[in-house]
Amino acid sequence: MTTTATPPATGRGQGAPDLSRGALSMRRRVVNHVASGSIHLALLLAVIPLGLVIWTVLNRGAGVMSLDFLNADIPNSYRREGPGMGPAIVGTLLITGMASLMAIPLGVFGAIYLNEYGKQKPLARTIRLMADVMTGVPSIVMGLFIYISWVLVVGRFTGFAGSLALACLMLPVVIRSSEEMLRLVPDELRQASLALGARKWRTILTVVLPAAISGITSGALLAVARAAGETAPIVIVTGIVFSTNTNLFDGSNTALPAQIFRNASQPFVGAQDRAWGAALTLIVIVVLFTIVSRVIANRFALKER
Amino acid sequence: MPTANTPAGTVTSHPSVSVSAPSAGWNDAGVDTPDGAATTVMNLADVSVHYGSYEAVRGTSMPIRQNQITAMIGPSGCGKSTILRSLNRMNDLIAGARVTGSVTYHGQDIYAKDVDPIQVRRRIGMVFQKPNPFPKSIYDNVAYGLRINGIKGKLDDHVEEALTGAALWDEVKDKLKTSGLALSGGQQQRLCIARTIAVKPDVILMDEPCSALDPIATSKIEDLMYELSKSYTIVIVTHNMQQAARVSHYTAFFTAEVDEKQVRHGRLVEFDQTSRIFTNPGDKRTEDYITGRFG
Repeated sequence: MTTTATPPATGRGQGAPDLSRGALSMRRRVVNHVASGSIHLALLLAVIPLGLVIWTVLNRGAGVMSLDFLNADIPNSYRREGPGMGPAIVGTLLITGMASLMAIPLGVFGAIYLNEYGKQKPLARTIRLMADVMTGVPSIVMGLFIYISWVLVVGRFTGFAGSLALACLMLPVVIRSSEEMLRLVPDELRQASLALGARKWRTILTVVLPAAISGITSGALLAVARAAGETAPIVIVTGIVFSTNTNLFDGSNTALPAQIFRNASQPFVGAQDRAWGAALTLIVIVVLFTIVSRVIANRFALKER
Repeated sequence: MPTANTPAGTVTSHPSVSVSAPSAGWNDAGVDTPDGAATTVMNLADVSVHYGSYEAVRGTSMPIRQNQITAMIGPSGCGKSTILRSLNRMNDLIAGARVTGSVTYHGQDIYAKDVDPIQVRRRIGMVFQKPNPFPKSIYDNVAYGLRINGIKGKLDDHVEEALTGAALWDEVKDKLKTSGLALSGGQQQRLCIARTIAVKPDVILMDEPCSALDPIATSKIEDLMYELSKSYTIVIVTHNMQQAARVSHYTAFFTAEVDEKQVRHGRLVEFDQTSRIFTNPGDKRTEDYITGRFG
């Protein structure tokens, strides 16, 4: 505020630098426009497939959607028209829920070990490498692995076998994403807690985990969403049913992705409609689950502002 | 009085030196009790700290006196923060760090095998260079230490007491539920001090507590340190010589030396009453540093 003379309203003073956009070179102006234009174009291109998928699924699936569709048993002939998907919805919720119950706590504990205790020890490095490799294992391979190591051993298809396969798929994703989130927690917070005389487990439980919880939730959600949509392992290890089976440990089961796969590959209109309905139901389930976990995570999360 | 090397001896042999020294601030008033009355809370004898095979600080011996403020000054890399962190075993958290020599607290070696570092840190608290409140509410920040130490009952009273002690209560009493991170830098640092004094430690270590703060916030913290020194023993690391001169009763001057293998080590050059260090230092290097001829 040391300027004494107020600049004249008509324009800049003698010898003052030109700050207008026109003073920039043509090249810089063109490059700027091209860059921002291509970024917007890229965004548009990325949104198009997303929008199309949602529009198509809504368009085709909304027609068959009804309370009956969500409740009724699956017709045991693909030829038959009409609802429903009840057993597959129950199956998806139970199988994915059980898989999450196994994979998320294990994965978070694994991540705590890696980031807080193991650090760069040989064991930790090995686990990290194996988790990375496991992330890349195709789901059908995991399905076959559970088939020979569980289904053949137990001697029957069960929903639980599906949960095991999905848990194996989720585990590495949860471990690695949680570890990244724990790594983002500043060391100063750990030191502050330790300097107050807190033990390490207490520091992890009351400072480190709450600081990372929302990121950990995001990672776990990605894993759950991925698992809920897995088809191959379900088809291989859970068998098929047409009426609701709420017992994961006894008898075959089914899930929405498996039903989409089976019904969509039929030439019959009724089956295809059911597949679209199942697809819509699956998307809605994943969205609902995302919202609920976000709300829960926000309650636990530490306040940032 | 536990045995200490010559610097400590220097102090005890000049019990009333500060009274006759020219007044340089309130610290002189603080020392006008006979020096012998201040008991030694902690004592360092020949303390060296290694990081892996590198010896960061070599052979440090000095006492920390009760209800006095001891400042550690010196150029960067002279090991003053390292020594500070060895006083409550925070160096344990750095992989490869090793402390030799003896650090005693009320006569007990805090590095003895059966000593639990948690017990040490419970009594010897620490305030860090960068204000690091937990991303929790102001109330929870202060209550945290109470909760982990199993202090039950009137948490509200303890929190108010600690915040009042840290001269922050009036500024935050109406917004205890808001996040500690919403406070200004100086308020955050006072919150960290409140969090530390809430657990009623014996000694408070401060690692450049004002280096991230503006002059007004700094002077608030300095006033606070003076108040706190009535009930606590304070050790402060600072880059700011004026700060050391203003607030401390005793000053330890560290410097970095290059040995015969061209490796830099931190070393304690001189430990004495602050008034002597700043008016009549016993070592040429101290004089050069405080008069700005060096570093």
